Amino acid sequence: MAVQVRVPTILRSYTGGSKVVEGVGDTLAALFIDIDSHFPGLRGRLVSEDAGELHRFVNIYVNDEDVRFLGGLDAKISDGDTVTILPAVAGGSAMMPATAGI
Amino acid sequence: MLRIDRAIYEAIIAHARRDHPDEACGIVAGPAGSDRPERFVAMENAERSPTFYRFDAMEHLRVWNDMEERDEEPVVIYHSHTATEAYPSRTDIPLAQEPGAHYVLASTRDPEKIEFRSYRIIDAVVTEEPVEIV
Repeated sequence: MAVQVRVPTILRSYTGGSKVVEGVGDTLAALFIDIDSHFPGLRGRLVSEDAGELHRFVNIYVNDEDVRFLGGLDAKISDGDTVTILPAVAGGSAMMPATAGI
Repeated sequence: MLRIDRAIYEAIIAHARRDHPDEACGIVAGPAGSDRPERFVAMENAERSPTFYRFDAMEHLRVWNDMEERDEEPVVIYHSHTATEAYPSRTDIPLAQEPGAHYVLASTRDPEKIEFRSYRIIDAVVTEEPVEIV
């Protein structure tokens, strides 16, 4: 068994067009490293290398829970879970800090 | 070009007016690949701000799951600017991450005359497009 990862349209260039890919890992961090070994570059769109944290403008869910409330990259993952990636829909008329690196 | 039903156009403007002076946001879903905005969904602005918007993370997941079950996609993603023109800001552009969507901006800065404009935003390149209300 593995974990299913649902990939949003804008990141499917990394997965050869696949909407869903599979990976393994006990934590979200480990899962993203595994996925990146099959689909190089994908992890960099989700995790900031400098800070080792999730990018601010990407939402990640384990099953139906927002990982921000599950420990972020330390969130525990089990076989059979579904991880969903959704780029935040955000913006506004004023300058928002930290929009670099999207 | 964006073709949009008058009732949906009016629903977007009504939402923008209702939430003024905060920014309002939402989507219009349509059958995948159709380019037809048919199902209006007003979203909560989790920022509740006159200068920023962000879809609430849980509502975002729920609405995107609903669209997947219905074989829909977000044909329109809209938000309002409440004190500036209806043009994508320097914040809006790098955050536009739905390459298939029409990005609609409505400005409520003049309450008598709401601006309603539509754009494609792909790889941070903004292209305005005509809007036809049918």
